[in-house]
Amino acid sequence: MWKVLALPYLWLAVFFGLPFLLVAKLSLSHTALAIPPYAPQLDLSRGLSGLAAFVRALSFETYARLGSDRLYLAAYLSSLRFAALATGLLLLIGYPMAYGMSRFGAGARRLLVLAVILPFWTSFLIRIYAWIAILKPAGLLNQALALLHLPPLTLLDSDAGVLIGLVYAYLPFMVLPLYAVLERHDESLVEAALDLGCTRTSAFWRVTLPMSLPGVLAGALLCFIPMVGEFVIPDLLGGSRTLMLGKTLWTEFFANRDWPAASAVAIALLATLALPMALVQRQQARLAGETQA
Amino acid sequence: MSAPPPAAPLVRFEAVGKRFGDVVAADGVDLELAEGEFFALLGPSGCGKTTLMRMLAGFERPDAGRILLNGADIAGLPPHRRPSSMMFQTYALFPHLTVEQNVGFGLKQQGWDKARAAARVEAMLALVRLEGLNRRRPHQLSGGQKQRVALARALAVEPRIVLLDEPLAALDRKLREETQLELKAIQRATRVTFMIVTHDQDEAMGVADRMAVMQAGRIAQVGAPREVYERPANRFVAEFIGEANLFPAKDTGDGADFTLVRPERMTIAAEASPGAIPGRVAEVAYFGDRTRYVVKTDAGKPLLVSQAAGQAPLSLQPGDPAFVSWPKNAEVKVPA
Amino acid sequence: MRRGPSPFNRLSVGAGLAFLYAPIVLLVIYSFNASRLVTVWGGWSTKWYAALAQDQAMLDAVSVSLRVGLISASLATALGLLAAVSLARGGRFGGRGLFGAMVYAPLSLPDVILGLSLLLLFVALGLPRGFWTVTLSHATVTIGYATVVIRARLASVDPSLEEAARDLGCPPAQAFLKATLPVIAPAVAAAWMLAFTLSLDDLVVASFTSGPGATTLPMRLYSAVRLGVNPEINAVSTLLIGAVAVGVSLAGLAIGRRRDA
Repeated sequence: MWKVLALPYLWLAVFFGLPFLLVAKLSLSHTALAIPPYAPQLDLSRGLSGLAAFVRALSFETYARLGSDRLYLAAYLSSLRFAALATGLLLLIGYPMAYGMSRFGAGARRLLVLAVILPFWTSFLIRIYAWIAILKPAGLLNQALALLHLPPLTLLDSDAGVLIGLVYAYLPFMVLPLYAVLERHDESLVEAALDLGCTRTSAFWRVTLPMSLPGVLAGALLCFIPMVGEFVIPDLLGGSRTLMLGKTLWTEFFANRDWPAASAVAIALLATLALPMALVQRQQARLAGETQA
Repeated sequence: MSAPPPAAPLVRFEAVGKRFGDVVAADGVDLELAEGEFFALLGPSGCGKTTLMRMLAGFERPDAGRILLNGADIAGLPPHRRPSSMMFQTYALFPHLTVEQNVGFGLKQQGWDKARAAARVEAMLALVRLEGLNRRRPHQLSGGQKQRVALARALAVEPRIVLLDEPLAALDRKLREETQLELKAIQRATRVTFMIVTHDQDEAMGVADRMAVMQAGRIAQVGAPREVYERPANRFVAEFIGEANLFPAKDTGDGADFTLVRPERMTIAAEASPGAIPGRVAEVAYFGDRTRYVVKTDAGKPLLVSQAAGQAPLSLQPGDPAFVSWPKNAEVKVPA
Repeated sequence: MRRGPSPFNRLSVGAGLAFLYAPIVLLVIYSFNASRLVTVWGGWSTKWYAALAQDQAMLDAVSVSLRVGLISASLATALGLLAAVSLARGGRFGGRGLFGAMVYAPLSLPDVILGLSLLLLFVALGLPRGFWTVTLSHATVTIGYATVVIRARLASVDPSLEEAARDLGCPPAQAFLKATLPVIAPAVAAAWMLAFTLSLDDLVVASFTSGPGATTLPMRLYSAVRLGVNPEINAVSTLLIGAVAVGVSLAGLAIGRRRDA
């Protein structure tokens, strides 16, 4: 029985743990005109001396190269900026939405949750693609603006386009954790606040909002982490000058065939996200503990 | 003969009606509460007592009638503008705030200055004997402590009336009895009007100066506990408050439909005596302070007889013949 | 007592849902556009669907994606079920936190990192990239999702069900199969659906780990999209959305019927 239960961990060790070591190793290698396109290669047929030669040839040269190149640093900061901005926008849109949902009756609430989840089941790529037709210079949005005699907007191939795409794609991930917290919110606490002299508005600020902060944190992390490494959205909706790490990694790998650089970018990304990911894990564990208790 | 109506009522319900769909929660309720009294609203679950309280607090609107506070209609006042404060059945303590922040919540809202508010919080915590727990959070408190924080929070804002919704329901029996005494002491010390809603007659009778018994949205009787117990206004009250032996009344022409004899007014004996009703013991339950017998007779329902401890001990067992009697003055006429 | 939604509440929910659905609705409408210019309305037509039926590369990609999805979702669900059982029922065994982290980490990691690391593994192992490498990768990436779904349901199943079965003479594995598995079957099915959909939807991991002859539908779509919007993509998208709508409705009906029964 226990051996069977160990299977998924064995699987993940091979297909998830091991590859990370490989990424870490590769980030310490340098490019070479070879297949695969990097050196040194670990030659185990030479035994210990092979291992020693391999370790000696590893270096932090790629990181030094990345650190000194303004472009990488700019991409790194720009990724964080995009993710932070989009997280803020998501909170501004997602919180009122989740709060509004929590106020409906039980039947309507179930339908609304389904309505928020449903887009998640349709293809991500297609949903982003749909925005191209809307945001294009001669696209649907500008056609609508022209009908209203308003000046056209340049949104596709711009940072604004990337932000719209990020907010759109991640809205369900923000709304659902917020809703989960707000839906359980005990109405008698609001009544107690009203009874003690709060207006509806001040009861919201003093009771409902502070109590929903765990949901705010969960939603923000759940969106922020993958957004930092997002590739499809900046690639399709962003301009040539839009810099994001996911895109940089992709370009290094596919266009420049610089595998060590791609690996170093991945490690940098991972190092940045380690803390928020640990926070998510802790919250997950706490939630799991609560549902079991 | 009802309790004297309050000279200057603090709260007055006038023909208050409220329904939720098909359910009638209040139906022409007239009720007056005097300044400074401890008033209990007693009734089975679903009788509308909580709705009545929530209408006073401002969480529900009456469909009909008016509620007056100091003679003024409070219909237009939202909960936060009413001088009442409520202690919720679940206590509704804010989990993200400490004990002192909970107690000071309403003071902050009312804009008290910090030093004065802090002093008030301390005084309230002292009143409910929770000094030193200022920094605890609700989840670190026992049930009894939570109940006290809720009471301190309700009292802190200097309300004209404190509304307590089943305040002791979540406590175990022993703690409940202690807390009843404390509630009464705190009410007496603060002289604030208390209105408690409960389905537990012991709780109502234990704390209240006056009580109202509610039945299906209507007030069945208002009076001092003793009065309600000894002279129930109808059959429902007679059976809801305490245990009752009810006999169909002989036609005496005074309008009464039943004759009530409380079990403790009956005497049970092993030997026959003149006028005693013969029967057979069906159940014996020993409670320490009293023993309760169920006696089957040839006529009508079994009789409930309660013998206080200290009376001549009996060794009646189920199946034994027994004879039940009571003095004439134990009989109370009760309308249907 | 829950207060009903205010006009502001209705507005926020309505606007949010409109934002979520407007692009999808527009996409579907314009798939029936007669004009080649995607954003200029030229009357109703189904010609792009006809053109689609002739597009062999697209059809091949659909077939690859479906096969990858079927196999990887089944693998991920089986492994996810085992992981969920060990996490929910294993008590506090040593390293449980580490195992949990390993299962859940792929959920929040950016796709590019997962894709790159899996590719490096296949290169190191000398595996030729193609159908099987994509399938194994998708299974790995979706285990965490399957685990979350199944574990959530397992947490609410009374452990005494299984104890009762053991008390009545079942060995542990059989007790699980006979007592617990039937109860969590809907969650297992939901986990499979989720893994399948994620596999069908993935572009990034597939792009890293795929090779010649194993172009998945998102890869094919992506290269088409890079060349610009065209009505044929709208048509494929509409078919995919339709398939999801039908699938979700059927699942909803099945769950509804179970609940009624």
